[in-house]
Amino acid sequence: MVKRVFLFAAAIFVAALGCATPRAIAQEAKTVVLATTTSVQDTGLLDVLLEKFQAKTGYIVKPIAVGSGQALQMGRQGEADILWVHSPDDEKKFVDEGYGIERTTFAHNDFVLLGPAEDPAKVKGTTKAVDAFKKIAASGALFISRGDQSGTHKKELKIWKAAGVEPDKAHYIEAGQGMAATLNMANEKQGYCLVDRSTYLSLKKNLKLVILSEGDGILLNKYSLILANPQKFSKINVAGGRALFDFILSQDAKAIIIDFGRKKFGQQLFFYDYQPKQ
Amino acid sequence: MQFILDGIQKGIHLTATLDPQVMVIVKLSLFVSALATAIAVVIAVPLGSLIAIKKFSGKKLAIALINTGMGLPPVVVGLVVTLFLSRYGPLGFLHWLYTPIGMVLAQVIIATPIITGLSMAAVQSVEQKFFLQIIALGATTRQALWIVLKEIRLSVLAAVIAGFGSIISEVGAVMMVGGNIKGQTRVLTTAVVLETHMGNIDIAIALSLILLTMSFIVNLTLTFIQQRKAR
Repeated sequence: MVKRVFLFAAAIFVAALGCATPRAIAQEAKTVVLATTTSVQDTGLLDVLLEKFQAKTGYIVKPIAVGSGQALQMGRQGEADILWVHSPDDEKKFVDEGYGIERTTFAHNDFVLLGPAEDPAKVKGTTKAVDAFKKIAASGALFISRGDQSGTHKKELKIWKAAGVEPDKAHYIEAGQGMAATLNMANEKQGYCLVDRSTYLSLKKNLKLVILSEGDGILLNKYSLILANPQKFSKINVAGGRALFDFILSQDAKAIIIDFGRKKFGQQLFFYDYQPKQ
Repeated sequence: MQFILDGIQKGIHLTATLDPQVMVIVKLSLFVSALATAIAVVIAVPLGSLIAIKKFSGKKLAIALINTGMGLPPVVVGLVVTLFLSRYGPLGFLHWLYTPIGMVLAQVIIATPIITGLSMAAVQSVEQKFFLQIIALGATTRQALWIVLKEIRLSVLAAVIAGFGSIISEVGAVMMVGGNIKGQTRVLTTAVVLETHMGNIDIAIALSLILLTMSFIVNLTLTFIQQRKAR
């Protein structure tokens, strides 16, 4: 019987091996680790782009969608070949410290301030984001923060700082999760929340929150690509990172990015800014 | 309320039509957890039996460690395995991070103490005298152990079921070690988390139904073998 248990285990083993997709057993030289932000993945843009890239080049990309803070941390440890992030101040620091090279800001969209339709803090129509944040702090309304050192979180902290107010700690929740999870929490708790427009549009069908403030210059959301510095880390896939870098900055990728979301959401989610050098 | 019913309906539909995207996830889940269970069994059953029958100093400590290991939090395992497998970690040369093999490793670490602990308890439940008798009749330790294991096969099988059940349903370790990459390391549990976040409740329910069904079928098969032998 024990023998049979082992035979059974062996049978499962073999069956399981049969299930393994060939892609699962990929050569390391062919894999590229892309450290990126949840907003790029949650919208589905990354899937479309990477599918094209992989079909074209034969590379296998491992996109690790975390907050920008964590993505940069992966870069500092040499765990990523290329980064797609949106936290400009941290990116500059990252490059200055020598971890990254060729930082290229190539796309943008914007952040919007969401809140319950009843709008307890009366921020609707406030054009300046800092004024909206002041009103939220003054009214003691609930605010849900990413709280994860992501690009969105950093932007939020920057606005609090620019507004010169501290959020009311008793009504300030740090979700510590990705954008979609945080947004769902804000929706359930009917709190205010800063979110990038692309994630908002992707999840809009499930949300009761509405846009209360948008369009301010401080709400601009810029995305950059950074290559890991091969002189800092020897184990980086230089060629693979470069191939993906070049692809995202190509006309093919531009066409995909500017078209993305038009059909599904009726509007463009990401605006492409990169101009190829002549 | 309606969205829950819709979700269940959609879930049944996705399951019944063997949706190709869903099937990739199902296959990978089965692959990772079945392989991990198989490896864990090979390590854990002999190990558990040996600890049960051998007398050695520090035995109580070893048992206490294994019992603690039975409750290893998957996220802790995930963190440690991720650190070890990272490029500049001690096992970085394997290039197992963000691969199914890395996920198998993490799950082996979770399942092994569970199966070890349960098979150890099973062997210990056999009368010490019985074991000594077999030895007295001229059997080697290994032969004696084999006979004892045959005797308690049902309990051993229960240990295997428990091990499999704990890892197929685990999310923390596979999320960290695998990275939840679409088409590469996305398994049922991590997909459920993602789809819930994305507000795709219907798909999340579908995947949950599949997870439950799969778990049920595997356990039913194992139980069937177990009970047939029990007669």
